[in-house]
Amino acid sequence: MLLGPSLGVSAVLFALGVAGVLLRRNAIVIFMCVELMLNAANLAFVALAQSLGVAGQIFVFFVMAVAAAEAAVGLAIILAIYRHKQTVDLQNINLLKG
Amino acid sequence: MPGALQLLWLVPALPLAGFVANGLLALRRPPAPPAPPARRAVSIIGVGVLLAALALSVAIVLAFQRAGAAGPLVFPYWEWLPVGDLHVTVALELDQLSAVMLLVVTGVSSLIHLFSVGYMGEDPGYARYFAYLNLFVFFMLVLVLGASFPVMFVGWEGVGLCSYLLIGFWFNERINADAGKKAFLVNRIGDVGFLVAMLLIFAHMGSLDFQPVFAQAPKLLAPGGAAITAITLFLFLGCTGKSAQIPLYTWLPDAMQGPTPVSALIHAATMVTAGVYLVARCNVLYALAPVASAVVAGIGALTAFFAATIALKQWDIKRVLAYSTVSQLGYMFLGVGSGAYAAGIFHLVTHAFFKALLFLGSGSVIHALHRAYHATHSHEDAQDMRNMGGLARHLPWTSKLMWVATLALAGIPPFAGFFSKDAILSAAFSLGDVHPLWYVYWLLGLLAALLTAFYMTRLMLYTFHGPNRTGERESAHLHEGPWVMTGPLVVLGALSVAGGALNVPALFRGHAWLEHWLEPVTAVATRLRPAIEVPLGTEWTLVIAAVAVAALGIFAALRLLRPEELVPARLAPAERGFARLLWKKWYVDEIYDFLLVRPLVWLSREVLWKTIDLGLIDGAGVNGAARLSQVLGWVGSRLQTGQLGFYVVLFVGGVLAVLWTAVR
Amino acid sequence: MYARWVLTALLAWPAVAAAAILIAPPRWAKHLGFAASLIEFAISVPLWWTFVPSGGMQFVCDAPWIQVPLFETGAPWSIRYSVGVDGISLFMVLLTTLLVPLSVLGSYSYITTRERAYYALLLVLTSGMIGVFVALDLFLFYVMWEVMLIPMYFIIGVWGGENRLYAAIKFFIYTMFGSLLMLVAILVLVYLVGQRTGVFSFDYFHLMRNLGGLGPLAFWLFAAFFLAFAIKVPMFPFHTWLPDAHVEAPTAGSVILAGILLKMGTYGFLRFAMPFFPAVALAPPVATGVVVLSLVGILYGGLVAMVQPDFKKLIAYSSVAHLGFVMLGIWALTLQSVQGALLVMINHGISTGALFFLVGMIYERRHSRLIAAYGGIARVVPLFAAILTFVSLSSIGLPGTNGFVGEFLVLVGAFRTHPVAAGIAATGVIVAAAYLLWALQRVIFNPLDKPENEKLLDLTPRELAVLLPLVACIVWIGVYPKPILDRMEPAARQFIESVRPPGPTATALAP
Repeated sequence: MLLGPSLGVSAVLFALGVAGVLLRRNAIVIFMCVELMLNAANLAFVALAQSLGVAGQIFVFFVMAVAAAEAAVGLAIILAIYRHKQTVDLQNINLLKG
Repeated sequence: MPGALQLLWLVPALPLAGFVANGLLALRRPPAPPAPPARRAVSIIGVGVLLAALALSVAIVLAFQRAGAAGPLVFPYWEWLPVGDLHVTVALELDQLSAVMLLVVTGVSSLIHLFSVGYMGEDPGYARYFAYLNLFVFFMLVLVLGASFPVMFVGWEGVGLCSYLLIGFWFNERINADAGKKAFLVNRIGDVGFLVAMLLIFAHMGSLDFQPVFAQAPKLLAPGGAAITAITLFLFLGCTGKSAQIPLYTWLPDAMQGPTPVSALIHAATMVTAGVYLVARCNVLYALAPVASAVVAGIGALTAFFAATIALKQWDIKRVLAYSTVSQLGYMFLGVGSGAYAAGIFHLVTHAFFKALLFLGSGSVIHALHRAYHATHSHEDAQDMRNMGGLARHLPWTSKLMWVATLALAGIPPFAGFFSKDAILSAAFSLGDVHPLWYVYWLLGLLAALLTAFYMTRLMLYTFHGPNRTGERESAHLHEGPWVMTGPLVVLGALSVAGGALNVPALFRGHAWLEHWLEPVTAVATRLRPAIEVPLGTEWTLVIAAVAVAALGIFAALRLLRPEELVPARLAPAERGFARLLWKKWYVDEIYDFLLVRPLVWLSREVLWKTIDLGLIDGAGVNGAARLSQVLGWVGSRLQTGQLGFYVVLFVGGVLAVLWTAVR
Repeated sequence: MYARWVLTALLAWPAVAAAAILIAPPRWAKHLGFAASLIEFAISVPLWWTFVPSGGMQFVCDAPWIQVPLFETGAPWSIRYSVGVDGISLFMVLLTTLLVPLSVLGSYSYITTRERAYYALLLVLTSGMIGVFVALDLFLFYVMWEVMLIPMYFIIGVWGGENRLYAAIKFFIYTMFGSLLMLVAILVLVYLVGQRTGVFSFDYFHLMRNLGGLGPLAFWLFAAFFLAFAIKVPMFPFHTWLPDAHVEAPTAGSVILAGILLKMGTYGFLRFAMPFFPAVALAPPVATGVVVLSLVGILYGGLVAMVQPDFKKLIAYSSVAHLGFVMLGIWALTLQSVQGALLVMINHGISTGALFFLVGMIYERRHSRLIAAYGGIARVVPLFAAILTFVSLSSIGLPGTNGFVGEFLVLVGAFRTHPVAAGIAATGVIVAAAYLLWALQRVIFNPLDKPENEKLLDLTPRELAVLLPLVACIVWIGVYPKPILDRMEPAARQFIESVRPPGPTATALAP
């Protein structure tokens, strides 16, 4: 039931998320795009659970839990970076540069 | 067995106890100049233990003689190194040879301890001095009483240690510390010879105890074979170090930096004769190794002559005596190398008497000069003979006694040195029939006797006769030391006169007592290598030649030398020509320094440490590997732009690549 | 009761005490550390009497630890907690428990920062060292080998000298490099033996029994063990971590590094590398190579020590020379040489430990390790000078001290199988005298020409308490080593037999 459209929406959401991560510079926006991708995966899990068993739905809970934890930690990090550098533009944050 | 013999362990134990007690006193805080009571305690302990040891030794030797034991008495105490088939026991051994040494060591040591009470009386390191001296006697007794090679080696290295500590006794002067270190290191080179000899002995005979080794050596080792020759030569390497023979003699003259009683005890009477004792102790081994014996005698003869030439031109009174000691030790080796073990030991004993007397006498002179210069706050050299002269007026006892010792050393009958030196020379000459080389040795010995008579007369002339060069004001302060200093001199003087009576040969209607006494020790060696009888006429000729040569030396010195022409050391012109060569000791020290010491230090510092260690292994190898990983890391780090977008692009590219391969 | 739990207690007690120190008030740290290490020593002392020389492996405690099925075969991996001591490890354990309290006492005034962490690390290190010496399971051995590495890394890196980070990292990576290869070798060994016997066990005796016929692989396994242990010993040319680590480490670190950590290398050869692969170890090229490297170590270490301007570095290089004697003794494989090697291991711990203590004490007063900074100080610090002289003499092997006994036995034994090598090694005693006496002269003799040195204080009672036990051991082992020799003889004999089966060649004299 609606498997095809559901997976299609999921794929579109995921692509949007990837595009956002790739193209945007604002850390908050990128962060939201990551969440978008996670939720795209969730949608795919739920859609497929109909035909492949309930395990997919259980996984969604895990993903949500991880996403929540990630949100908490990630936002805290971004906040810390903002306090430190007065910006969340990733172009200006290159601490990993070798 | 009589009770006194059971107390043999106490003889070395007494000085050891003295060392512990005086050592603790020396470390007491504060180390400020000790008060008279403490000083008295040190003297009583230091001299007391020696006198007790001497009394005990006499009792023990008398008991030994009364017991009339044929073989040596071995007293085992505890197992030291029991490992597999190696059994080293801490054991002392008393036989005729060690009995002689026991008496010489404790006797001469007691006298010198007594002398030191006066000589070192004002030194701030008084307690330390006696501690070292006691320790030395302990090790020396272990050396002569040890019943196996390792136990003897304990004493052997121990006396070297004490020599090191006592030469550098006034350690705050670099020259003293240098001399001590040099003595220890040169001795160590010899000690490696001793060590390797022990390894060889154990590998070939399975034991390191004297008795089994000497009993089995004639059965297990082919006479003149490579094994026995190697063993005896390595042992002799040890002797050249300890007894200051060519090529390792250079430490002994430098060792004169120590206090003069130390020079008398360690560097004349006892320690330096340890090598002679070792050869005599191993007489069985040397009798089996004619080549090694010839080497021993040859080195001895050469050293006797060579050192005597250097003594001709020294100005430092103690250095003359030091080279004289080297030369006389050469004589002893000539004796034991010729198979005349008793003659070698005989010369060892008489030399201990008259050389100790000469050193103590020079100590008395130095003491007097030192006090005189101290009184006038002058900084002249108290040991330079050019600052002496005419001292016979101020130090009559010392002067007379030193003349006795000089005549004994020169080999003038009937003083002690005459008999012992003559026995050695005739033993060497008698072997001329075997090989003409021995005539050369004999000739070297004779020439050395000539030079000995000359330089000793020179020393006496410049020191005690002619005008005084000490200085106007100083000469008023010159006088004889206290009785504790002259007393031992008198005893030693008596021994220098009468010491020859120990072993008057049949030639002079004597009974050769020492030779008979030592017979049980040398019996096997004499059987292996019988002495060659010299015809009576030849023997008389040899005696007359020796005496004539000595008289000629004295006469030449009296005629040629002009003490009145000497000037004090600070005004003296530099030596020139051949005299300079002799004065500079043939430049042997400089040659060793240039050929051995400097190259080795340079090699260690520049090549081994800086080039190989720091440069090659650590620089190229270890840090090279570290740098290589750094470079690789740097290359990798170029991929890290720090731009999140870049990472994501790579990531997405990677995912797509994986998907592509999976789908395809 | 004691026999069953003593080793476990020795292992566990320092770790527990370390935890206690971490939560106790900082000012108690050193006293707690000292008390804990003294208790550790007290626990270990009865070992001396209860040990039965002929009893082989004793005080064994064995319990299963990790047992998981192997993926493919389903056969269990057996990793056990298995500990025990024999005549070889007994003395290493006792040496450890002796040196640790002294090190703690010697650190009282040296360590002034982060005391809790310091003493806790020292105690954890103790656990690791004991573990290495008592482990009878190769996995446990490896774990303990690494456990001891980490505290040492911090001790050098946090409380060390100016260049401490460089030294600490060098020490760590160097050792790690060898030990990782050893881990690979252990795993391969267990796997190969497991395939053959069906039992995948890290048990030492299981491996020993079933090691025959490894073929050419044996050489590579031996090489991996060899590298790990040779770095630890350290043998020339793997020694360059040692001078840096010694120089930068605080006094107690140097003492433990020289006294115990280096012995782990030679212990590894005695316990594992040689009994596991006797055929490889005694193959002529390998044996000759090791003997030559030992000789190079003896002479090269001595000569390089001679020209060091830094006293600690001098002692570090002298360790290379001393350990060369140990390696020579082990490879000469005679009863005298192996027992001599064991004695040199003990003696080196005592004498070099005492030397490091002495240098540390003078460093605390003058803040310089350079030999040139001193001169003539025997006049101001006679007690220090006397003990330094005595300990130096023991280090150069003067008869009557412990140094002579060990070196002499090594030489006597080595002379039977490698006469030329023993002869060359004997010349090492000249070099030893040269470097130590020269240094001694420049430090305590010569003119007292530096005003800073005129006010030096002599040893305090605490410092004497650190040194006197070591001085007593020097005299005792030098004069009456029989109790020690008796206790180690059966183990040494067994070691030789495990490497070279008894036969006519083992006891016959060398040609």
